[in-house]
Amino acid sequence: MNAGGTEPIKTDVVIVGAGPCGLFAVFELGLLDIKAHLIDILDKPGGQCAELYPEKPIYDIPGLPMVTGDGLVKALMEQIRPFGPTFHFQDMVLTIEKIGDPAFRVTTEQGKVFECKAVVVAAGGGSFQPKRPPIPGVENYEAKSVFYAVRQMEAFRGKNLLIAGGGDSALDWTLNLAPVAGRLTLLHRRPEFRAAPDSVNKMMALVKEGKIDLVIGQVTALEGAAGQVSAAVVKLNDNSVSTVACDAILPFFGLTMKLGPVADWGLRLKDNLIEVETASFETNVPGIFAIGDINTYPGKLKLILCGFHEGALMAQKAHGYVYPDKRLTFQYTTSSTSLQKKLGVG
Amino acid sequence: MPKITYIDPQGTARTVEAEIGSTVMENAIKNGIPGIEAECGGACACATCHVYVDEAWRARTGEPSPMEEDMLDFGFDVRSNSRLSCQIKMTAELDGLVVRTPERQG
Repeated sequence: MNAGGTEPIKTDVVIVGAGPCGLFAVFELGLLDIKAHLIDILDKPGGQCAELYPEKPIYDIPGLPMVTGDGLVKALMEQIRPFGPTFHFQDMVLTIEKIGDPAFRVTTEQGKVFECKAVVVAAGGGSFQPKRPPIPGVENYEAKSVFYAVRQMEAFRGKNLLIAGGGDSALDWTLNLAPVAGRLTLLHRRPEFRAAPDSVNKMMALVKEGKIDLVIGQVTALEGAAGQVSAAVVKLNDNSVSTVACDAILPFFGLTMKLGPVADWGLRLKDNLIEVETASFETNVPGIFAIGDINTYPGKLKLILCGFHEGALMAQKAHGYVYPDKRLTFQYTTSSTSLQKKLGVG
Repeated sequence: MPKITYIDPQGTARTVEAEIGSTVMENAIKNGIPGIEAECGGACACATCHVYVDEAWRARTGEPSPMEEDMLDFGFDVRSNSRLSCQIKMTAELDGLVVRTPERQG
């Protein structure tokens, strides 16, 4: 494998995804003395709540008449704090290999290796990936002259660079790459920008000084050959068509969800969802569970509250894998002194 | 009940009945209208329910809110009559509304 001498991280459970269901699973596992590591592609906890609707109200969390996505994530983080989960952000699980009965070796894109007794897939709609811009044929240029992320600024030194988008990523990279690029053009479909006002002001100053170009319009086609772009065909807002010469394009059109490597883990899927049984939300592979939006079973509802319930039942079964010799006694947080001790309130 | 007509890029028109207060996106999903994905479920958090409002109806549907404009940045071939269909709520005045679905969603 790709361990390359990396010492595996040993833990009880690896949770794939740090959205609300993954976070609450930490709580339910923690009450049963099960330690967890969470891996998420985003740079923060919360999944869709954090990425898609941080400021939007949610009305169907039991006991909370109204909470924002961000508010719910903050509350869950507070709730699971006593259990000290370890987060691995901006990383993605690539493989899950069975190494025991049950025991698993989990490897990530960043080369991390975990060894655990059980895996909980709480991957929601899949992993967030940069959205491919709606330009016909763009896939022919990807990774050659069209890039969705900047790994090394030096790669763009002296290049004739086109950055497309109006959010923070587009503006931040415009400001950072302006001194590096040979020539930089920022393209956005309207004169208003979503990005932080400070970044917009700085960008406008560069335009005024003649250091970068700003074009208002939308890319409709690319020109080039063998993966090397030479120009972008741009529809301007008066419907006239113009071309912008460039030898590299950075489109920043936000994120979308893709199932990704989940499909390669040997789990039984139905319509791109993981089939589970409903006593413990275990998949067809004993020791691998799936909770939240990623799973399916008769009657499934994609509600956060259902994912919470699934996590509670999952933890009961996972306990048997982590502590095969220990009897599990069902307890309430209201009355159990041992649970209260774990929560730090006893 | 008010009616909505969805016309796809090939010109096929599909007309459905819509409850007052429901959104143009919800009626598309409920009736299996092709070309509207609504990935985020109607939270104005993506641009996959993008439609073009027929010019005759633009004054009645109104213009996109600033937040909706932000999301339209992610749409494909956004035009001056572009809207996110999750943000258009049906009223009696919109009976007969005509929207066109784009060639692809963002």
